[in-house]
Amino acid sequence: MSAPKTGRKLPRLIVLLIGACAFLFPFYYMVVGSLQPEPSSDPSALLPNPAGLTLGNYTAINDRVPLLSALANSGIFTGGVIAGTVVFGLLAGYALAQMRFKGRGLVFGTVLLVQLVPFQLLMIPLYVMIVRTYGLADTYLGIILPFAVNSTAVFVFRQFFLQLPRELFESARIDGAGELTIMLRIAVPLCKPALLTTVLLTFIGPWNEFLWPFLVTKDPDMQPLAVALANYISNVAGRAANPFGAILAGACVLAGPAVALYLAFQRRFVSTDLGSGVKG
Amino acid sequence: MSSPARGATSPGRLRSLGRNLLGLGFVSPYLAFVAVVFAYPFGFAVWMSFHDYFFTAPNVVVEHPFVGFENYVTVLTDPDVRRSFVNILVFLVINVPLTVFASMVLATALNAKLPMRSFFRAAYYVPYITASVAVVGVWLWLFSSGGLVNQLLGDLAPEPSWLVNETLAMPLIAVFVAWKQLGFFIMLYLAALQNVPKELYESADVDGASTVRKFLSVTVPGVRPATTLVLIVATITGANLFTEPYLLTGGGGPDGSSASPVLLMYQRGIEQGSPDVAAAIGVLLVLFVLVVSLINRKLTERG
Repeated sequence: MSAPKTGRKLPRLIVLLIGACAFLFPFYYMVVGSLQPEPSSDPSALLPNPAGLTLGNYTAINDRVPLLSALANSGIFTGGVIAGTVVFGLLAGYALAQMRFKGRGLVFGTVLLVQLVPFQLLMIPLYVMIVRTYGLADTYLGIILPFAVNSTAVFVFRQFFLQLPRELFESARIDGAGELTIMLRIAVPLCKPALLTTVLLTFIGPWNEFLWPFLVTKDPDMQPLAVALANYISNVAGRAANPFGAILAGACVLAGPAVALYLAFQRRFVSTDLGSGVKG
Repeated sequence: MSSPARGATSPGRLRSLGRNLLGLGFVSPYLAFVAVVFAYPFGFAVWMSFHDYFFTAPNVVVEHPFVGFENYVTVLTDPDVRRSFVNILVFLVINVPLTVFASMVLATALNAKLPMRSFFRAAYYVPYITASVAVVGVWLWLFSSGGLVNQLLGDLAPEPSWLVNETLAMPLIAVFVAWKQLGFFIMLYLAALQNVPKELYESADVDGASTVRKFLSVTVPGVRPATTLVLIVATITGANLFTEPYLLTGGGGPDGSSASPVLLMYQRGIEQGSPDVAAAIGVLLVLFVLVVSLINRKLTERG
């Protein structure tokens, strides 16, 4: 009975395995290359002798790009964006879902419209405003500001809160609870898993963002890791004899936190991705 | 007892006024941000593109005279800018079919009870959540002239090598972006596949349809809404392209063959100090995205 079943699954598995190799190989190659004293492109280097591996490239990149302070900058940038996304997103999303007020439709229309404005159109005027007019170059505020409000998050939070039964809120209001209390004590705890997923998804954006922090930070002490590493790549790649060891070590440090976070919370990423489709 | 209707509505009106203020209070931080970070820069971008704008020291008041379409003329007669828009079309022609085909096939393969299913899902998603800057580092090494890809190809290795080859640089960027984003689209298609009625596959089985036939006649039309979304997202990604031409091909090289409009906005606007010209490129880019999206929609709706 089970033999033909496995037989039918085999072509699927082969397709999936080929796909998985294509996706994971560059990551394997990145880690292996970062541990070789002189990364070699020879096919025989794909399975290096474990005894010959060193962490030398990591100290080499650390000499050129202060990894710890760059990681801290990435962390502050990401943390600031997440904080803004959650605070502004929760307030606006809750009001749009559970409060009645004049102009609510207009605000919701704004939320949808803003998502259509492409960042590349805003890049130049934002640069003029933030760097030239307000002098916020090389400050955390300048890096965070354009990303601190996230209309997609407002929309997503509104959808979460809409699913909660209205009676819950009405009875709390009759008991005299203020709206802020209701939001924080009732609405947020009930939506906790969905909120956590949104925070996790928000993490990836600023952690990986390159263009905006690249425009705003010229001071190496203020640069997030993505910018510092990119500058190292574009300045050194042409000159050094074999710059790849240090580049790959930096790439591992940059990729590590996002990948680790994803693997730790994989179930959450997947369940919401599919949830909308399955229920829809 | 005889309190008139007026007396009853007055507290009601007060309550509704309080409710309105409270609601607006909740949304006002968001609205204030939208005004500062979206609405004002949006208007500023359009205004800038019609004026002679240049950088000055802070708080220095200078005139920025209205110049009509002059910036647009500058942009449209600039061969580098025209090249960059053609490059985006090259990008889309390669990236979109590759993304649609590969993610549809892998999502279909993944859509069953399989051993190691969560491993596959994780494997496909990892490039999507990793910073472009990090994976560009590996691709630089893989596709460098003495890199692994050329070593494996031996005599078949292209000359000049991938990243410095005028005909191959942009296609390689298109493949890179397809590879990096594929995980997202696989998840999208996987969700869309849940909405394809199982009965369609069963009746196809009864009719003795082959796997390929079923894929083409049931799966492909069944996930069309997802395909439309893929087309839109891919167009926007293509229009936003910056990190890859900046790092992977060293600033849109060779000879501007992999330059993107956003890269030119950076070079013209910030490196060369003509933000007005860059703003005009931005406006044209948005119009370009709108036109391509409309064409996409026409094409997918007719099919």
